[in-house]
Amino acid sequence: MRVLVCVKRVPAVAGRITLTEDERAIDTKYVGFQVGPHEECAVEEAVRLVEAHGGEAVVLTLGPAEAIEQLREAMAIGAARAIHLVTGGEEWDAESTAGAIVDAIREDEAANGPFDLVLVGNEAADSGGYQVGVRIGRALGRPTVTGIKALSVADGVARAEQEAAGGRNVFEVRTPAVLAVLEGINLPRYPSVPGRLRAKSKPVATSSPARPAQRLDLRRLVVPVAEAKQAQVLGRGPEAAPAVVELLASVGVL
Amino acid sequence: MATFPSSAKVVIIGAGIVGNSIAYHLANLGWKDIVQVDKGPMPNPGGSTGHASNFIYYVDHNKEMTALTIESANQYRAWGVYTECGGMEVARSETRMNELRRRMDSAKNWGVDSARLLTPAEVKELVPFINEEILVGAFYVPEVGVCDSLRFGTLCREKAEEMGALQVWGNTEVTDLGVEDGQIKRVVTTRGTIEAEYVVIACGVWAPKVAEMAGAFIPLTPVVHQMADYGPVPVFEKSTKAIEYPIVRDMDVLMYERQDGIGFEVGSYAHRSILHDPEEIPSVEEAKLSPTEFPFTQEDFDPQLEDALELFPEILGDEKVGQKYAINGLISLTPDGMPVLGETPEVKNLWSACAVWVKEGPAVGKSIAEWMTYGEPRIDCNQSDISRFHAHQKTRQHTKRRAFEAFPKTYGIVHPAEQYLSDRPLRKSPMYEWHLAHGGEMFEVAGWERAQWYNSNAPLVEKYGVQQRPNEWDARWWSPIINAEHLAMRESAGIFDLSAFAIFDILGTGALDSVQRVCLRQMDVAPGRVVYTPVLSEAGGFKSDLTVMRLARDHFRVVTGGAHGMADLKWFKDHLAPMASIVDLTTAYTTVGLWGPNARRILAKLTRADISHGAFKFGTCRTLEVGSQVVLASRISYVGDLGWELYVPMEQGQRLWDELWEAGQAFGITACGMGVYGTPGRLEKSFRAYGAELDDDYNVVEADMAPAKVKAQDFIGRDALLRHMGEPPAAVCCTLTVDDHTSSSGERRYMLGRQPITLADGSPITDRKGRRSYVTSAGAGPSLGKHLLMAYLPPEHAVEGTKLCVQYFNELYPVTVARVGSKPLFDPDNDRIRA
Amino acid sequence: MATVLVLVTTADGSADKVALQALALGRQLAAGGAVHALVIGDAGVAAGLGAWGATDVHLAQHPALDAPAPDAAARILDDLAGSLGADFVIGPGTEEGNTVLARAAARGGLPFAANCTVVTPGSPVLVTRARWGGSLLEEAAIVAERAVLTVAAHVLEAVETGGSAAVTAFTPQLDDADLAVRVVGRVPAPSGGVSLSDAKVVVSGGRGAGSADGFGPVVELASLLGAAVGCSRAVTIAGWRPHTEQVGQTGTKIAPELYIAAGISGATQHLAGCKGAKRLLAINKDPEAPIMTAADYAVIGDMAEVLPAISAEIRRTRGA
Repeated sequence: MRVLVCVKRVPAVAGRITLTEDERAIDTKYVGFQVGPHEECAVEEAVRLVEAHGGEAVVLTLGPAEAIEQLREAMAIGAARAIHLVTGGEEWDAESTAGAIVDAIREDEAANGPFDLVLVGNEAADSGGYQVGVRIGRALGRPTVTGIKALSVADGVARAEQEAAGGRNVFEVRTPAVLAVLEGINLPRYPSVPGRLRAKSKPVATSSPARPAQRLDLRRLVVPVAEAKQAQVLGRGPEAAPAVVELLASVGVL
Repeated sequence: MATFPSSAKVVIIGAGIVGNSIAYHLANLGWKDIVQVDKGPMPNPGGSTGHASNFIYYVDHNKEMTALTIESANQYRAWGVYTECGGMEVARSETRMNELRRRMDSAKNWGVDSARLLTPAEVKELVPFINEEILVGAFYVPEVGVCDSLRFGTLCREKAEEMGALQVWGNTEVTDLGVEDGQIKRVVTTRGTIEAEYVVIACGVWAPKVAEMAGAFIPLTPVVHQMADYGPVPVFEKSTKAIEYPIVRDMDVLMYERQDGIGFEVGSYAHRSILHDPEEIPSVEEAKLSPTEFPFTQEDFDPQLEDALELFPEILGDEKVGQKYAINGLISLTPDGMPVLGETPEVKNLWSACAVWVKEGPAVGKSIAEWMTYGEPRIDCNQSDISRFHAHQKTRQHTKRRAFEAFPKTYGIVHPAEQYLSDRPLRKSPMYEWHLAHGGEMFEVAGWERAQWYNSNAPLVEKYGVQQRPNEWDARWWSPIINAEHLAMRESAGIFDLSAFAIFDILGTGALDSVQRVCLRQMDVAPGRVVYTPVLSEAGGFKSDLTVMRLARDHFRVVTGGAHGMADLKWFKDHLAPMASIVDLTTAYTTVGLWGPNARRILAKLTRADISHGAFKFGTCRTLEVGSQVVLASRISYVGDLGWELYVPMEQGQRLWDELWEAGQAFGITACGMGVYGTPGRLEKSFRAYGAELDDDYNVVEADMAPAKVKAQDFIGRDALLRHMGEPPAAVCCTLTVDDHTSSSGERRYMLGRQPITLADGSPITDRKGRRSYVTSAGAGPSLGKHLLMAYLPPEHAVEGTKLCVQYFNELYPVTVARVGSKPLFDPDNDRIRA
Repeated sequence: MATVLVLVTTADGSADKVALQALALGRQLAAGGAVHALVIGDAGVAAGLGAWGATDVHLAQHPALDAPAPDAAARILDDLAGSLGADFVIGPGTEEGNTVLARAAARGGLPFAANCTVVTPGSPVLVTRARWGGSLLEEAAIVAERAVLTVAAHVLEAVETGGSAAVTAFTPQLDDADLAVRVVGRVPAPSGGVSLSDAKVVVSGGRGAGSADGFGPVVELASLLGAAVGCSRAVTIAGWRPHTEQVGQTGTKIAPELYIAAGISGATQHLAGCKGAKRLLAINKDPEAPIMTAADYAVIGDMAEVLPAISAEIRRTRGA
């Protein structure tokens, strides 16, 4: 089985978000970068599929030169090689991102044969566009399932479970297919030291696609002013218990 | 919630290991009304303590550091927050193994007798998952362990709160410090302003920024230390304790590894030095984890991983063991690697307790509390004293450049004479170019460039038949030229550039009272007298030794070594009597030393003054016309020969030097480097040096420097001195000679100092105060044809002719006690000096 | 005046709340123009949409549509938008809405803006949209003749206008490709536990629990209250609790009457998932933890002590 997994380098935001001076990006001086959580699980899923079925997992990113770190992380976990679509650091909208990925897939498949599966995160952790996978599937004419929390592949059919109200929807699509996965589909492993060292010598194919005119054109970012709530302190330590129970009763949840 | 206080006796800024320890120890010494603030949340406000690896290795080559570390371990242990697991430093190379043998010397010096060397097989027994095949051996101390620094800090605060002495305010950021008349007055915080009598800055990596608010300097820089946690490790899943196996320091690759539950922690000092400014540290809100945990830079760590994998293939080679957590943790580094402790020289009652690691924290807390209470700490903190810094050493740039250079030395093999190379040259004497032109091998002290020896004197080596030292370590940062220059001086005359001297004048009608108060010796002498005197602490230990010239009734000039000059300056300032003022003239005067049997003849060629022994006695000073210059000449000697220190304005130094050099040619004058001044010249005369023989742990009687009669005037340490004079000394400073230099491999070895003096069987010598006998200074005595050692010995061994041993790189060499007390081996009656 | 088409998704016989919110936005944008609503399958829902501001309701009925098929829905939407000449195509910012609108945009060769909070008509159309689960907002321009977007959940109020609208039922043209992705089965939620997204009360634990065992008091209090158990991302990464319990941007977004967050510091990722809670009670040792700025009530203390005390107090009051 040949699996392509697409990842995005995103800021490891946890504390208060601050922006760069031009208000077009998050100031990452203190936060560092990571692979988005959904994609981290997508990488794990790709590696597990290949471990189970044999074949090759390939990791792809569209991002700045520094995104090589995220590709190495994925290769440390088990991806065999990487495709790096190098940008100048500016953000690409989802439509252009998908377009560049589709071009790269076509090129790679021409040389190495088709991917049975293209895995993406359901939505990017930072831009939250919900569409790159769908656009890839559309362009390549492959069935696309989103919101996937469980996946199995057998006999050219991918069985994907999607979280839905009151349970899960089950899809069965023929491969090749595009699947957008959610965090929780698995618990990703941590990279081992041998994996980390192997990753250093795995091949990375780079190219620099041109950034087309943006049709969802980012103008600026704004950190919303949260209404500063003044929490009512019910007490300190276990002595607060009666006050809490009083609250539970007044809210009607007791 | 209580209301934020508007006043306090003392405000402690910072709630890491240091601030917490200070809070407790101050309370324990009876202080009340202590307020502790931290900008982060309690109980873990997010400084360096929060991400510390928390292990404690006992043995450092540095005496002060070892004392602070062992005291800290004992405090952790006493409060049940210390897990003893043993710790080893492993050697992959013979060079490192030698360093570990040197560790054995230091272990014996500082009384860590459990230390032992291990074979690779013994290492494997203790750490079954190690790859011992790549090891030569290890240095092992079973008391090494891991403390819970956060828990200790919480206990400190709780105990101080229980004593009713402390209130703690988290999430309270200091925004300004108020100073009036050179004294700290208030702390402005985000919760309000506190009027405070004392303020202690204990906020680690943020300290430079906070100190600046008061116009003070705390020279440290935040530097990244990389740590990563791997797991789960199958072999640890059977462990019954969080840490069961010894900690391993993989010294050759500058890394450490230790068990942490089912995880395996890997830390590194091998990556590039990554420095930051305190202003670059994010706020608590901005930081992802903690303000001092920066995003991990994997590419810096990857090369280290290969080394770690080689040593621990069973753990790190396991595909199921993953990298779970990794940070670039910020820690504090200083220009010289030592902490920054004590009252700031710039602001009264503003104290620094910074650049302290978890392994020293509790002891530093105790020391600061003692210092604030009694005026001095029990453990000698002289090398950590904030007052040691010269102006340039307080700058950000110098601090960063030196820290950048120092970082890889954290686990490095650092020669005792090793020179820093960065940020030089900084202070040039007027003769700097001359030194370079004459092949001066430049060493640095306090920023001053000084020739240690002159390569142009190389021909003297053959003339005097000086032998090179065969062992590279013994010969490193040394040259046989030093001994040759020394012999040339003894034969005729030597000229020395002593520009690095710290010089300050004390003036006014209170000047005499000021120097009387600080100095042991009688200062009420006739103008024109020069007095060499110890300076004591209240407890009778040494604060310094220096010379004082009385230039006029109300005018004294203090001359002291450059390295310790700023600390001496602060000490004098702190004890200045009314109607006295002190002026730092260090950079106003240069000093040229001229000594040797021909010194008088050379100087006489340039002056019309009568400088015969009868007219210019030893221990006096006066102005002389020397050529076209007026020179202050002081007839004293630190090298044991006739001669003078000659003081002229800095800008005239080169002229004086040239004229002396010219006049000396007929006599075969030799330019002598500081290698002569500091070692053979001094050691042949058994002159004691501050920081070597003289420190806070030994008293005047033990150093054999007690006056025949104690002056009637009060001075600091007088009561202690009288007490010490009334009791037999527990040890006496002796001069020893090395009888046989031959090592087990047949090589001649030359001790460099700080080695244990032992009995013939290698067992250590301990005096009745519990102090070990160790070599305080070592060096050549070329005129005597002997290698000389100085050491304090208990009375039963302090007998001339006693045969003992010195341990050097864990081997024993026979030595003989040659002199007991201050009487020197060379020219014991001082005929040469008084010629 | 603009022509607006709104996809109204349904579940269990009623319109999605967020779809009605989208309809409210559609009405604003139409500014007096036609507000078309598209409903797939559910005639009952279609009949009621006039009351929520639709002027024209299109009911797509097809035998293949009894099981959800996102590509088919997207085709119907795209075709209809084309035939109506819609200026705006709007859907709810839900998983379903986002995937269908994204597919429709891909079909139509148009850009797509997910989870908008503000839409300003013009040329180009300007939107403000949620990033990082709403912790950050993006202002962007949609450079296209037709604006395809979804409305972020629970930002706008649905508006009941009390109007009425004609329902036009039609049979859309679909081919096999449109039906390749189609729900073929259902896995019911495990019975017993309370569903996190629907729970009236959620009790969550965070890193402060210290270990998997530290969740004992969380589970105990939740069972006493008939509440769902939740946790922070740090907890699922540590492997202490399953991901199904994770509240946050990449976990479940909850909207209970009361949310009890114990030992949770309140990272961006977590706050993005509990914004919908009516009331938040934070239990934390640190009175200045970020969660406090989002909390309505607070207990300062160690969750290991506070939670058992609350459970004991509940038992005591119930026993009395």
